[in-house]
Amino acid sequence: MNHRYSSGNSMTNKGNPMKFAHLLGAAFAVAATTSALAADITGAGATFPYPIYSKWADAYKKTTGTGMNYQSIGSGGGIKQITAKTVDFGASDMPMKAEDLQKNGLIQFPAVMGGVVPVLKVEGVKPGQLKFTGELLGEIYLGKVVKWNDPAIAKLNPGVKLPGDDITVVYRSDGSGTTFLWTNYLSKVSANFKSGIGEGTSVKWPAGVGGKGNEGVASYVQKINGAIGYVEYAYAKQNKLAHGQVQNKAGKFVEPDDETFKAAAANADWKSVPGMGVVLTDQAGDKAWPITGASFILLHAKQAKPEAGREVMKFFDWSFKNGAKMAAELDYVPMPDTVVKEIQASWKGVTDGSGKALY
Amino acid sequence: MSANLNDASALAREDNPIFRRRHRRNAVMMSVSTLALAFGLFWLMWIIGVLLWQGAGALRLSLFTQMTPPPGGTGGLANAIFGSVLMAGAGTLIGTPIGILAGTYLAEYGHRGWLAPATRFINDVLLSAPSIVIGLFVYAIYVAQVGHFSGWAGAIALAIIVVPVVVRTTDDMLKLVPNSLREAAVALGCPSWKMITMISYRAARAGIITGILLAIARIAGETAPLLFTALNNQFWSTDMNKPMANLPVVIFQFAMSPYEDWHTLAWGGAALITLLVLGINIAARALFSRK
Amino acid sequence: MSAVLDNANLSGPDSSVTATDRSPRPPMLRNNALMDAIFRNLTRFFAFMVFSLLAAIIVSLAIGAMPSLREFGMPFLWTEEWDPVQEKFGALTPIVGTLVTSAIALLVAIPVSFGIAIFLTELSPVWLRRPLGTAIEMLAAIPSIIYGMWGLFIFAPLFQTHVQPFLKATIGQVPGVGLLFSGPPIGIGMLTAGIILAVMVIPFIAAVMRDVFELVPPLLKESAYGLGSTTWEVVWRVVLPFTKVGVIGGVMLGLGRALGETMAVTFVIGNAHRLNASLFAPGNSIASALANEFNEAVGTLYTAALIELGLILFLITTVVLALSKLLLMQLAKREGVST
Repeated sequence: MNHRYSSGNSMTNKGNPMKFAHLLGAAFAVAATTSALAADITGAGATFPYPIYSKWADAYKKTTGTGMNYQSIGSGGGIKQITAKTVDFGASDMPMKAEDLQKNGLIQFPAVMGGVVPVLKVEGVKPGQLKFTGELLGEIYLGKVVKWNDPAIAKLNPGVKLPGDDITVVYRSDGSGTTFLWTNYLSKVSANFKSGIGEGTSVKWPAGVGGKGNEGVASYVQKINGAIGYVEYAYAKQNKLAHGQVQNKAGKFVEPDDETFKAAAANADWKSVPGMGVVLTDQAGDKAWPITGASFILLHAKQAKPEAGREVMKFFDWSFKNGAKMAAELDYVPMPDTVVKEIQASWKGVTDGSGKALY
Repeated sequence: MSANLNDASALAREDNPIFRRRHRRNAVMMSVSTLALAFGLFWLMWIIGVLLWQGAGALRLSLFTQMTPPPGGTGGLANAIFGSVLMAGAGTLIGTPIGILAGTYLAEYGHRGWLAPATRFINDVLLSAPSIVIGLFVYAIYVAQVGHFSGWAGAIALAIIVVPVVVRTTDDMLKLVPNSLREAAVALGCPSWKMITMISYRAARAGIITGILLAIARIAGETAPLLFTALNNQFWSTDMNKPMANLPVVIFQFAMSPYEDWHTLAWGGAALITLLVLGINIAARALFSRK
Repeated sequence: MSAVLDNANLSGPDSSVTATDRSPRPPMLRNNALMDAIFRNLTRFFAFMVFSLLAAIIVSLAIGAMPSLREFGMPFLWTEEWDPVQEKFGALTPIVGTLVTSAIALLVAIPVSFGIAIFLTELSPVWLRRPLGTAIEMLAAIPSIIYGMWGLFIFAPLFQTHVQPFLKATIGQVPGVGLLFSGPPIGIGMLTAGIILAVMVIPFIAAVMRDVFELVPPLLKESAYGLGSTTWEVVWRVVLPFTKVGVIGGVMLGLGRALGETMAVTFVIGNAHRLNASLFAPGNSIASALANEFNEAVGTLYTAALIELGLILFLITTVVLALSKLLLMQLAKREGVST
């Protein structure tokens, strides 16, 4: 910018800025050499479990003094950061395949389960009022159904007054395990969706607005009239967003809550997939919520920093023992005890440089 | 036509349609211009008004004493504020000497040769360069090399933004120092380095400090360069070698979330930054024009 | 100034002038010569560092973008597809988004800045000039993230409920142009981002315009006034033609700023990697794509594609800013103002 500086200058002594600079420099030198107070661990990844992880971390710090710094940047980010070893553990809702786990030297275990729900902001529609089928959701996200009073929606919801507003689709703009669960389910129940968009953590959406993280999607659905999005249930509950019912495999329309999520997880065989990477969408059962999923933790099998590895396992061990009530409050489903035992057994595979098990 | 005074004044009279049209157009354009100014001021007042209105609820003491909370908890922005102060301070400490010395070269030594005009040119380009690209640059040369995010990376990115501002103002301010002062010093046998540090710097001191203040104001609100360098931290940390909480990225995260209490904190942080930045700007200009 | 230094004998008085014995130069004077050399080279070193910073940024970005450059080559610039799963990337949507939002910003900002500059130079009483100028410059000082927050929370909802339906009902009905204003009003999108950018660049363009308007020799203006010109005629026919080059330079400075704006745009542009004729639609700009996706990009090709986007942005803004600087230097040279 061109400033017109006024001319003229003064030779008078206006205090001693050098002294201040010395003080400031000393202060920063002190701060710079002080290391972190406790053995803080860092994790990054899925936004799906972020509400419960941060609650656990808060309680953990109060009891043990160790901080767990979790950055909710999306499953894609979690995978990237743990492979690059810039964090102590990664979190992802899309389980990694066995070959990739082998290739990157990671072990994987589920930490908590939850459900993905459709949320909407439509005038006059209350939470849990609207019913959807997987096919209909697929059509909406394909951009084929564009108005709220479309006959396809009206047919499922007789008696509900639907306005003629445009549907604004909200999806995840970042690499997301929640997107994976959503698209995985829709691909299972809608052939159109499978061929049109497919499944993955980051797909090509033909219409709509992208929000960053579960937080971003929830934020946009809060603000835009006629919006529909998909979020982990805790986000819908905490922010009082109107959710919809979805028809499950047994043909029943179910509401999302920890009962229906548990019902979906009841039949899971955690040992069937290496790395415990079981996908829980579209499970059988009258009460099962069709878009349930587990959120996974990724940890290096050979720890370059053994202390950090040990602390991570300690944190999750504590959460498995003490975090069930907090999880239930937010409608997450904690891992059942049998699975916890299997997880703890798999921790023997985490070793330090010399091959000795850490936990 | 002969110069006829009557003719001239007749042309300038109100009943001449051309005259009226010209003056009408003038009146219209001048009111449009005034409207434009009002338009600009309107946005300014709207934004600041909104900030104060929304941020007032959050500007409490707890903002400075409590840490960033998980969603649904109460808390403040203490670690973010501390992190921002630390990184801005480090960035300024790194960037200012570089900027002042480079600016000194441009003003005092750069009258022959190609380096000074070329550097001036490039400096002005860097002044307005997108800060997100600076963040990308520091990521590529530092974060990717050491393998983790850190407060130092954030500080380096901020330093790169500080340098062009300080170079520009130092250059301009030193150029304003009259040559007679320099000549007087040299005539008394003063070596050039002493002449510059004891005479030129002293004379331009207020202006250089203004430049540093403006640079601080500039980096106080920068978000983009910190996204890929310092990342963020939920807890209190004084370790510059680890990810560091900072106000702009925290505001970004909280604002884009759906949680009401996070929104309140975000507004509080936004109000804080804006008051700080505007305060520094006004103080810097007042300091400079006072002399 | 350094002519003074170059010709001065800085190592002390000629010892032959004094009557004392011809001793070798005293240590203090030897030190001075050394210190001079150190200081001079120190400043030159840092100046060189600043000089090479631009090139360093371009080189490091190019290296980071190498995988993507090799994979996609030139077609990267005009491919719309952005598919992280298939690892197919194309920069068309972000580039178009960047250009369109900046174009909207300039369309709004240029006339407004012009009006502000006229007011500040011709209409305003002298005592009001400084405070008004400072107030406008405060708009420039407000950080980008503040604009983003205000845009998302305050401006976008208002835009969705009041302005967009109005635009859709009026201009949206005109065939042809109406296409730009079609589609569901969602509040966020390219138009919103463009308007917020406009408010952000107004102070930059207005400040440069005001500065160049003040460069016009008063004699020229007074001659025009003396002939009976109205203020508008003086501005339009004397000041503007005179400062034409500088005005364009200022506009390009505003453009350079608008192209690189990140946070304000990221909040309100909607993050959609899709081209759409309507301005109501969400889109993406290079800066917002980077801000949203960089930390989560998995895979070397994805990261390299994003770095390539950053490189493209940097090159575009460097060219625009360099041109702006050249134009402003051109004008100043004509006026004899030292650059």
